[in-house]
Amino acid sequence: MYDIIIIGAGVTGSSVARELSRYNANICVLEKGEDVCTGTSKANSAIVHAGFDAAEGSMMAKMNVRGNEMMTQLAEDLDIPFKRNGAMVVCIHKEALDGLKTLYDRGIANGVKELRILNREEALEMEPNLSENVQGALYAPTSGIICPFILNIAMAENAAENGVEFRFNTQVEDIKADADGIWHLRTNNGEYTAKYVINAAGVHADIIHNMVSENKIHITPRRGDYCLLDKEVGGHVKHTIFPQPTNLGKGVLVSPTVHGNLIVGPTAVDIEDKEGNNTTAAGINDLIAKAGAHVRDLPLRKVITSFAGLRAHEAHHEFIIKEVEDAPHFIDCAGIESPGLTSAPAIGEYVGQMMKEKMELTEKENWISKRKGILNPQELSFEDRAELIKEKPAYGNIICRCESISEGEILDAIHRPLGARSLDGVKRRTRAGMGRCQAGFCSPRVMEILNRELGIPMEEITKSGGRSNIVLERTKGKNGGEA
Amino acid sequence: MITYDIVIIGGGPAGLAAAVSARKAGIQSILILERDHELGGILNQCIHNGFGLHTFKEELTGPEYAYRFIEQVLEEKIEYRLNTMVMDITEDLIVTAMSRIDGLYQIQAKAVILAMGCRERPRGALNIPGFRPAGIFSAGTAQRLVNIEGYMPGREVVILGSGDIGLIMARRMTLEGAIVKVVAELMPYSGGLKRNIVQCLDDYGIPLKLSHTVVDIEGKEHISAVTIAEVDNTGKPIPGTEERYTCDTLLLSCGLIPENELSNKAGIKMSRITNGPEVKESLETSVDGIFACGNVLHVHDLVDYVSEEAAKAGENAAKYVLEGRQDKDTDHVVTIKATDGARYTVPSTVNIDRMDDLLTVRFRVGAVYKNSFVSVYLDDERIHHAKKRILAPGEMEQVILQKKKLQGKEDLKTITIKIEAE
Amino acid sequence: MEKREITCIGCPMGCQITVELEGSEILSIAGNTCAIGDRYARKEVIHPERTVTSTVVVKGGTKHRVSVKTAGDIPKDKIFECMKAIDDVCVDAPVRIGDIIIADVVGTGINVVATRNID
Repeated sequence: MYDIIIIGAGVTGSSVARELSRYNANICVLEKGEDVCTGTSKANSAIVHAGFDAAEGSMMAKMNVRGNEMMTQLAEDLDIPFKRNGAMVVCIHKEALDGLKTLYDRGIANGVKELRILNREEALEMEPNLSENVQGALYAPTSGIICPFILNIAMAENAAENGVEFRFNTQVEDIKADADGIWHLRTNNGEYTAKYVINAAGVHADIIHNMVSENKIHITPRRGDYCLLDKEVGGHVKHTIFPQPTNLGKGVLVSPTVHGNLIVGPTAVDIEDKEGNNTTAAGINDLIAKAGAHVRDLPLRKVITSFAGLRAHEAHHEFIIKEVEDAPHFIDCAGIESPGLTSAPAIGEYVGQMMKEKMELTEKENWISKRKGILNPQELSFEDRAELIKEKPAYGNIICRCESISEGEILDAIHRPLGARSLDGVKRRTRAGMGRCQAGFCSPRVMEILNRELGIPMEEITKSGGRSNIVLERTKGKNGGEA
Repeated sequence: MITYDIVIIGGGPAGLAAAVSARKAGIQSILILERDHELGGILNQCIHNGFGLHTFKEELTGPEYAYRFIEQVLEEKIEYRLNTMVMDITEDLIVTAMSRIDGLYQIQAKAVILAMGCRERPRGALNIPGFRPAGIFSAGTAQRLVNIEGYMPGREVVILGSGDIGLIMARRMTLEGAIVKVVAELMPYSGGLKRNIVQCLDDYGIPLKLSHTVVDIEGKEHISAVTIAEVDNTGKPIPGTEERYTCDTLLLSCGLIPENELSNKAGIKMSRITNGPEVKESLETSVDGIFACGNVLHVHDLVDYVSEEAAKAGENAAKYVLEGRQDKDTDHVVTIKATDGARYTVPSTVNIDRMDDLLTVRFRVGAVYKNSFVSVYLDDERIHHAKKRILAPGEMEQVILQKKKLQGKEDLKTITIKIEAE
Repeated sequence: MEKREITCIGCPMGCQITVELEGSEILSIAGNTCAIGDRYARKEVIHPERTVTSTVVVKGGTKHRVSVKTAGDIPKDKIFECMKAIDDVCVDAPVRIGDIIIADVVGTGINVVATRNID
């Protein structure tokens, strides 16, 4: 039996796992995907929001502002690419200028620092590619950009290093409490038991919650389409550019990514299918039309991929982070939509504190607070890189030519804690396959490495677990089977 | 730092031909840098026949064609390094390269020949809506998997794009036992060679749907079906024309673009049309001493022309090394313009004082033209007017400029290549 | 009289050739621009042939497959039979370009030969 089971290895579950790994407790994370970061956490804007959007006094506002504050230290501790590039909410209609003041006031009330309202000239000077129609902007220097995969992966790796167990491909099918109040979780991989359960199941958090509570909740998957543009045009804007928000959210942003691409998105469409992360022609067209309103000359010829993500939208647009009233020892982290990524460290801290008090947990003496990321040889000097290759020749073998990712980095991604087992797993950890050729060149080569290192037959190597096999069979039928 | 007279980036058909001709032109110190584990480039996976009709007057397969040049490189004892990625080229011709065996190192070259070839346009650039499941490949990736690695991606195939690789793969997959259900082409014409449409599609009863595109991809983990629809003349899908095909594989053959990362890093002036460098009559780029040839310069239809062009680049690079820069400010340099259906020309300028007696100018057209004329104008004077029964975007065209016709025209500013109805 | 439209594949020109024939007797050929077209059309309407290219399993080499071709054209209706023979054969490394992999494949008198070297 575990002391605590966390359902979901997304950014929320992983953050909670890391915070709890400080304490002497038996902890397990159950994840239905084949890896960490396979749901909402993998497809979002990758923005560390300043915190002026959420309603004053809301959990969302508190977590956002606290998460933003924590991010600098966390990024340093866990070796995560993070940059405070600042955000601008751009007003393009004179009559809407008051809206900027409203946002500003809300931001101040929420505790956002350094907010400033810019006039048209100031805004254009800071960001020359803003629309001609710009009337003014709210400037939030504390806003940042981060690698959402690495944030999630780093927290999970660190938790694992501190003793948290992770079970992948493990879907929770039913949860019941026995007479002693012990939770029994039935999964496709057998039964798990725990004293406490933390529900961090993203868009599925309602299903998990509703297994144990009569007070039903409903999470609506809110789909957002994105376009990712080539690094060649990553500098089209320097700041994260938002339109003024509407009741559907923060609108279509244009932003550099921490890796130097340009991202445009998301749309906002409420759907029913909790796995419905398909892009639509209407969505992409809508995106392009909307983004063009605030940023001029968007170089859309340079799109290298489009994708869609699902936000876990709860009807009250508020984070639900508390013990479920009619299910003692069952804690929800539900409705974690944007700014969920920003808030994740704060949610972890909050839940960690909550659990410490509830379970009277004691701190480990030897807790490891730092995690070393995958070595990026591109950040080394010529001499250091040459030295590295001399020592470890795999770093001299480029596998992904678009992003210049070497075999050494891929080997690291495979062999570190919670290592990659699929093409997407390698991609999220190393960026191999994330460049302009979108894995055309490197896929067969990464497959060979996975095959060699993990002994997974080529036919069983997947893009992202499940039935996402890349190749079906050997050519030449039976005869071709033996290699 | 290691030094070489000529460093050739890429050991495919362009790099091999450039190396051999540079050697024949008298350069001893040549180094080919190849990123794959063998010479030959993309030809190694092009196991179909049809290569070399112009060069060798016989039909060879890709590996055989490559080997004809590899043999020459071996005979000439030209140095090459495999598994080597070139990371950077500077304007001073310092090449930074890297491999497992040699580590990270720099080479000072007297001339560099870019011969990195091209790459396929990925799906993302095409923005096909739908899921992002496994089972979607560029045709070239599938070709490598099937022909080199010996793996079948799937059994029921839909192909988007009728570029040559897509057509070739339609036949290849069929011969390996797969069912190719349809080839959809966005344009009202195929970008592939006629021969391939006949022998790869017609022979096997595979339908080619022109003016069609994929509008939806189904399957969350693995692709299970696609929907294709007819498009109007602006490329927009026409509602009501959707047809759904179940499949486990979608191949994308949506065109090729020059591999231009290194060209950009070297600060070379690039053409917005070809996506490759702009070059002079000597195939030299805007950076002194850096030459370009083959598909890195502009995407060719036949490898024979790649070899021919690369041989010229090798010869000219050799001349540059042996004689140094010969161009003078007083030279008569004329711009070559492509208009009225002609999309671009390679080269885009010609130095009349330095050009050879004959200069091959290659270009492509932007649409299908029937019974039209390829014309060459020296400013307003038409000097060439040749009837062509068919001109198609998939096929490269050429005209040959004669030095003697250009000499003595001191006021000549522009040579224009255009397509005329009569 | 039968009229057949074929696309010449002799070169990238892809001439549209019209062949008029009576049974197996060719009455006229039009649309070709060279002798290759004429020859192709005569053959294509009466006795179509193709070169088949594929791969063969190779054992003990640096690669698992060696590319092969029919050293000449074979009758079009024998393509799949030929492929069956190619699928069933297996060779040991090393292989050299031109090595005969299958002699007289499916009774066509044509050999299947290797088109690359495998060490």
